[in-house]
Formats: sequence, C-alpha cells, structure tokens
Amino acid sequence: MRAPSSIGRRLTLLLAGVAALLAALSWAMVTGIARQAAERTQDNVLAASAATIAETLRSDRGEVRLELPYSAFAMLGAISEDRVFYRVAAGDAHLTGYADLPVAAADAPRPGQVSFATGAYRGATVRIASVTRQVLAGDAPVTVTVTVAQTRTGVATIARDLSRLAAIFAVALFVLAVGLSAVATRASLRPLNEIAAAVSRRGPSDLRPIRRAAPAELVSLLVALNRLMDRLGQSLRRSEDFIAEAAHRVRTPLATVRAQAEIALRSADDAAARDRLRGMIRALDESSRSAGQLLDHATVAFRADDLARAPIDLADIVARTAAALEPTATMKDITILRETVQARVAGDPVLLDAALRNVLDNAIKYSPEDTTVTLHVSRAAGTARIAVCDEGPGLDSGPGGDPVDALTERFRRGSNTEGVVGSGLGLTIAREVLEAHGGRLELGPGPEGTGTCVTLVLPSS
Amino acid sequence: MRHACLAIVVIFAALRAAAIEIEDHRFYPALAGDPAEIPLRVVSTADLDVFDPYLRAFQTARPGIAIDYTVVSSADLHRTIGDGAVYDLALSSAMDLQFQLANDGFAQSYRSTATEALPDWARWRDLIFAMSVEPAVVVFSTQRFAGLPVPTTRQELIALLRAHPDLFTGAVGTYDVRTSGLGYLLATQEDRSTDAFWRLSEVMGGLDPQLYCCSGQMIDDVSTGRLALAYNVLGSYAAERLVRESAGQMQILAMRDFANVIIRTAIVPATATRVEAAGALIDMLATLALREGRGTWPLPPLTQTGADAATGFGPIRLGPALMVYLDPLNRRGFLAEWENAMVQR
Amino acid sequence: MRYLLVEDNAELAAAIVSRLALDGHAVDHAGSLADAADCLAATAYDLILLDVMLPDGDGRKFLARSRARLETPVIMLTARAQVSDRVGALDQGADDYITKPFDFSELEARCRAVLRRRGGVARNQIALGPALFDPLSGTLSHDGRTVDLKNREIRLLEVFARNPGQILSKTQLMDRLFSFDAAVTENAIEVYVGRLRRRIDGMGLRIETVRGLGYRMDA
Repeated sequence: MRAPSSIGRRLTLLLAGVAALLAALSWAMVTGIARQAAERTQDNVLAASAATIAETLRSDRGEVRLELPYSAFAMLGAISEDRVFYRVAAGDAHLTGYADLPVAAADAPRPGQVSFATGAYRGATVRIASVTRQVLAGDAPVTVTVTVAQTRTGVATIARDLSRLAAIFAVALFVLAVGLSAVATRASLRPLNEIAAAVSRRGPSDLRPIRRAAPAELVSLLVALNRLMDRLGQSLRRSEDFIAEAAHRVRTPLATVRAQAEIALRSADDAAARDRLRGMIRALDESSRSAGQLLDHATVAFRADDLARAPIDLADIVARTAAALEPTATMKDITILRETVQARVAGDPVLLDAALRNVLDNAIKYSPEDTTVTLHVSRAAGTARIAVCDEGPGLDSGPGGDPVDALTERFRRGSNTEGVVGSGLGLTIAREVLEAHGGRLELGPGPEGTGTCVTLVLPSS
Repeated sequence: MRHACLAIVVIFAALRAAAIEIEDHRFYPALAGDPAEIPLRVVSTADLDVFDPYLRAFQTARPGIAIDYTVVSSADLHRTIGDGAVYDLALSSAMDLQFQLANDGFAQSYRSTATEALPDWARWRDLIFAMSVEPAVVVFSTQRFAGLPVPTTRQELIALLRAHPDLFTGAVGTYDVRTSGLGYLLATQEDRSTDAFWRLSEVMGGLDPQLYCCSGQMIDDVSTGRLALAYNVLGSYAAERLVRESAGQMQILAMRDFANVIIRTAIVPATATRVEAAGALIDMLATLALREGRGTWPLPPLTQTGADAATGFGPIRLGPALMVYLDPLNRRGFLAEWENAMVQR
Repeated sequence: MRYLLVEDNAELAAAIVSRLALDGHAVDHAGSLADAADCLAATAYDLILLDVMLPDGDGRKFLARSRARLETPVIMLTARAQVSDRVGALDQGADDYITKPFDFSELEARCRAVLRRRGGVARNQIALGPALFDPLSGTLSHDGRTVDLKNREIRLLEVFARNPGQILSKTQLMDRLFSFDAAVTENAIEVYVGRLRRRIDGMGLRIETVRGLGYRMDA
C-alpha cells in the first residue's frame, strides 16, 4: 500500500472512515429497531385480535359457538392495509374462516397464551397469531384455536420508510462529519504548517534554532529539529573550517614554491632553465585557478538548490566585480568600461558575483593587450542583462553546434586560446548560476562584428 | 358440532357449484381495429342503462377495444370471480364482497397516476378502486304519502309506520338480504351503526314487507304506486329514475340520523388478461370519480359525499372489518335474526 | 616602499620578502598577530600584507579590531578563492585580497591600485636624471610637463629606474613585464621599448639599444 502523501488527508480520510462506520452502524441500528418495533406492534394487534375473537367463544346446546366481533378486524385494518386471514378450529374440526391457514403452534400451549409464527399463505408472507381456549361443549372440554394472520406489507413499508429516513440522516451526518473533520484536521495541522512555513522561508544558510510557541505534541519535533539544525550548523562549520585549513595548508607551500621560482627566474642565466621555471609557474597558476573554479562550482551547486531571492541591482554587482578585477586588467593594459543603468533582479548576490567574475575573468584572459572590455547593463522585455564585450579574437564554436553549449561544456576550452591559462569551467559556472535564477547565457560576436559578447540574461523583478 | 361444520361446507360447495344468473349482457364491438381481438370482459352489478354512457365514453377514447359487459348480482359476481372465471374487470357496489376478493388474492394490483390521485379511503393496496360513493336512501311515492308528514329519522319512520298500518301493509319494500349482497351489506352496517335497525325491521316485518333482489324493481314499484316507500335504495339509482321520470311520482328521503354510504368499486381479477385495457377503464372511472360537480354522468363523484345526503357520515370503510359479516357463522346468526324480525309468518 | 608582511609560514614569508626586495621594497615580517601589533606600533608602513590564518587568531578579526586606528591599506592573503571569503575580507575593512599562490606582478598591480585609491604617497617618487617618476600614479614629470604612462610602460620604466646604467636583456624584461600565462615573443619587448622611448622623448632620458645584449637607460 502506498503511504498517503499528507497527514491532513490521512487524518480526514480516517475521520471520514470512522464517520462512515458510525453512520452505517446507526443506520443499521435504527433500521433494525424500526423493523422490530413495527413487528412488535403488528404482533400486539394480532394477539389482541385473536384474543377478542376467543372471548366470544361460547357453548350452545353442546356446540361451540362464536361471533366474530367487528372490532377484531377493524383494529387490524387500522394499523395497515394488509390482507387478513383467520381460522377458528375446535380440536381437529374446522369451525370457520380459512380452513387451510397454518396455525402458530406453541410446544406446550397454555390456554390464553398467544403463539406467533411467520409463514407463507396464498402467495404472501404472513404473521400468524394463535390463541387457544378451552370450551365446554356438551360433556367434554374442547380446545378451540383462534388463528389470525396478516400479511407483512405494512411492517415492511414502515420499516422501509424509517430505514430510508435513517439513511438520509446517516448520509447527512456523514457529510457533516466529513466537513467538520476536514475543518478540525486543518485546524490541528495549522501549527505544523506554520513551523514548516517558518523553516522554508529561511535562507539557505540560516540554521538558527526555531523559536516559536508550539503545541505540546510538536514540542519534541521542534526540539529535535533545532538539535538537528544545531548539529548541521556545527558540521557545516567544521567542514568549512576543514576546507579552509586544507586550502591554507596546500596553497601556502604552493605560494612559497611560486615565489622561489620567480626569484630563481630572476637570477637564472641559462635559457633552458628559465623556460623550465616559466613552465613550472604556469603549471602552478593553472592548478590554482582550477582549484578556485572547482570550489566556485561546488558553491553554485550547493546554493542553487535552495536559492536565496534578495533584491539586487545589477549595476552594483558590475561595479563590485569590475573593481575586483581592475588590477588584473591593468596588468595587460586592458580598460574596463562600465555602461550601467539600474536593473533590479531577485537572486543570490554571492552566486551572481561568481557568475560575472568568471565571465569577466575569461574576457580579460582572452583579450589582447591594450584593449577595452565593456560591461553593459540594460533592461529589455522583462529581462535584465549584463553584456561583457571584449575585443578579442572571437569565439570558435568548433565544427557545428551552439557556441554557448560548446563553450560552457565543462572543462572545454575555446579552440583558439592556446597559451592562456584557464579551464573552461568559468562559463559553466556562469551558465549554471543563470539557469538557477531562471535566466540564460548568450554568446555572440561584439557590436562591430569583432570580439565576443557574453550576455548574462536574468528575469527582472 | 361436527355435523354443523359439515353442513356449512356442503352449503359452500353447493353455492360454488351453482351457475350464476346473468341479468343482462351487451357486447360493444370495437369501433376500429381488429375485430378478432379479445374484448375487455367486464362483469358488473351496475345496470346497463346506468353504465352505458361510461362504456361509450371509453370506446370513444379507445376505439380499438371491444367490450363485453355482463350484469350479475353482487353475490354472483363474488362467486364467479372466486371460482376463477375469466374477467378483466369486476365492478360492484358490494364493497364487502369486493374486499374479500382482494383480500383472498383474487385481484391483481394496478397503479397509475390516476389511481394515485384517489384519496386513501377510496382505494386499498392498489387492488380496489372507488368509482363513486352512493348513499342508501328511502324512496317514497308522493301520491301515497299525500297528507302524511315526511319522516326525517328512523324514529319518526317507525312512528309513522306504526300509526298507519292500513296505509303501509304490503306497501313497504326493502332488499331481501338473503339474496342481495348489497342488501346484506347495508343491513349489517345499519345493525352496527344504529339500534333503531332491529325495531324498524320488526315494524316492517309486521307490515308484510315486499322483499326485492334489486334496487331497480323497487323503484319501479314505487313509481307505479305499488309501494308507498322503499327502504335502503341506492341514491344514484333513485336519482337517476327521478331525473328521467320528471312526473314527480317519487321523492327521495334522506335520513338525518344516519345514512349508509357505500363505495362502488372496481377490481382487476387475478384471471384478467387484458390488464392494460382494464387499467385504462379504471383510470377513466377514477378520474371521473374525482370530477367537480355531478354533471350528466349517472354516478355521483367522490367529492359530493360530504355535502349530499350522507350529512357528514363518511362512506363505509374499506378494510378487513368488512369481512366480519361475511363469516358464515356470523352470516348464519344474522340471517336467523333478520328472518325472525322480517319474515313473520 | 615599506611593507609589513604578516605570515606565519616562515618559508613563504622568506620567499615573499626576497622577491619584494628584488623590486627594491623594504619588508618587515611578523609571524603572528602579536608581532604585527608590535611592528605597527613601532613603524609606519605603506602597506600591510595580512594572512588570514595565523597561529594566534584570524587575520580578518584582527583587522576588524584594529581598523579604526589603522590607516595603512591592507591586502589580505587568502588561501581560498571562494566568493564568500572575499566578501568577508572586504567587509572586515581590507582594501583588497589576493589568493595564494599569487603572481607578484598582480600583487604589485593590486598594491598600486590600492595606494592610488587611498590618494597616493609622494615620497615614493624616483628621481631619474632631471625627471621625477612616480610609479604609483604612473606619471613622469620634467620641467613643468607631466606624462601619463600606461601600466606596462610604468613597469618597464620602473625596471630601468631600479637598474640605472645596467644592460637588461630582452628575456629579463619579458619576465618582468608579462605574466607567465601569456605567450609573448621578444618582438613584444621591442614594441614596448619603442613606445616608452616616444613617451620619454624630451624628458632628458634615453634608452639605448645594446646590440645582441639588450637595453640600457641613461639618465
């Protein structure tokens, strides 16, 4: 059996099931009681009728005489429109009535005692009441049996009517109970939903304990949740500390080696040794850059799962990133130009920073000396865009295929970037960030047909 | 005791075996359609001149149905249906006998919107349907009553009969309850309802009463002046004659102390084969029974009982109590008493 | 320029000190935050290079504590390129950051950018014959005339300025001018030397070509 997906639904179903059971039970009980009551009423009237007839029995000149009293049948006619049969027998002899009517015989009939039976007569189910009485006919007492029978249509009708009424009440009760249980379920689950909403409203790194009043049943859940968040926080801090420590321990010796290599390069005279040293430095730089991008990529993957939605102005991001990369650009005499307007988006500033930094870093890396990289912020048709345009050699998508896909494919590099340190991860990171925000990365030639424009497109807010 | 029982059984058997006496009969061929088709077989206690308009109206509505109409006495009707004779519809004013047929399973049920429109007292279990209610009245000859006060209660009638035995000896008519089912019903119901019945019976018995099987003859004799008064005549018959014979020879007397109101009923016998046609005729009769105002129809509608001669007495109730007087022992006892009072030979 | 390097790894510190000394900078080294505080109390520095992880604490926290009374620009040395780290460093009051291992030309460029942002320091001017060279602002002044130089021209002139009268080979100049990831040929050096010659024309300075050996600047 598949587990129900919601406690609320399960609770409602459960309560509805109980209500249905109770409704069915009450219906069955009322129906049973109604039938019993109708049957008892009929029995009482039949008994009274038979008794009334028996009372008129008398002996006249050695013969048993009787006179059917009008009331004996009138009372039967009063309770229902049922067919009536009767029979009076003295011993084995038939006195009057329907000679073939069965008799309700008690095992040990006592005079005056009424026996009942249910049987079939003339194609209908009949309820039979028989009463016996001793009448002195001549010398010997004769046992006279008076039998009155009535069909059960009236009983069935009363029972059916009451049963239908009970069914209507049961259904109404059921509907009411289902409605009330839905309301009650929702009311009881409200604190749970409120806690869930409070947790889901939180940012990705908000692991503070939840402080709110909770019903007694939820206190333990809340305590457990807070304990879990505390442990998670500690674990995150520990792993962050561990990564920081590891990076520190790996990169510090690398930095030492690189510094020593540069010093060695200064003092080396042998051209071959210098080449080897240069190669060593390049390898160091590449590994360092790759490590950085791998960390960025991990960060993106982690944060994109539960994206923060803070109001951000793309102009701020552009200013911040341009300032950070300015020194790198000036090393190649590259000018970073900013053309910005205010463009608001909702997103994770850390991720958007990383995306733009990777794109801009790429642009600087692949731009020739003494050129300009332009950061252009614009708004158009519900989107906010940052175009990063360089005056570099342009992109070659390779044989066939979309340049964006080809270039952003992880670890792939443009085919005309020989000699430039860097992995293809930068654009991958940018694209993943944009897709997490519902945006996309566009790649195209520059405005004058030269160079490359990488455009970060985001839905504006 | 055993002999007595045996005797009853023998009498019953003899009655059952006896052939029924057909009083009148008419065949209404279909106005259209297949002449070979089985006609709607109606057995009835209503005289042809009373019921003819109904049958013609029915044939106008359903021209494809031929009707075979047989008039018998109510006792014969009861007997022949009980014997399993094949009829599609049985109409009778002897509601006790009709009831017994339904109770004993000789009727089949029928239900339609027309029958459901009938009030509860006018039908029983979708087996019996009322087509008219008719009070039993006294009809007297205006000529022979000249100069006499018109009695309005049984007490006054008894006093009048006692005061003028010369005028009334041999000139009082009523049903012979031994042969007329309707007469037996009216007598037993009066026995149950008023203690004046037996005194009246004794007084009439002393006046050499004329005993009749049927209302028609009684009315005929009043109109000719052979009878001064006829006691317990069905109102509709009397009214019918009075309307037709406008000479004013007769007058209807409604008793203020008590009046029996009987229901003329229809049943579909269990043997019926043309149930649809029988149902259609029942629907027509039930609809007519609920009409407003009497109109030109011979039988009065159900709606007129309250305002008419019954003066507030409801019709005799359709129910098992009707069978009480049909019990052979009761019947034997009642007839013995009646003969004592009425046939003073 | 006088630097304060706060770095607990002795070998890296020694390498950085030697490397910066090659460019003519004076560097004091502090192995811990306590030492750094002592140095700052005793001497005025042009720039502080501050490691993040130190044996007696976190460099960022130290910076946050002392920023109020410390006017010296600070560049953080971090082992991580992670964005959050950088944002943290800048928030704590650092002027810039640089990721280990670093290119010394990049460090130099960042130092220059930071100092320029902070309003420059006049005492770093170098006298080149009749002219005054300010490597920080990238200006060369002579006789009331000021020339703005581009980054590579500044660096090329600085190399010549720090080695007056010496013959500098094209290879030597290449190493100083270009980062190691760029594939440059010796022709590029000829192009930049040509540009610089045009810039300093009339400033009383001359770069002469020593055939087969390299270039030499005379004041």
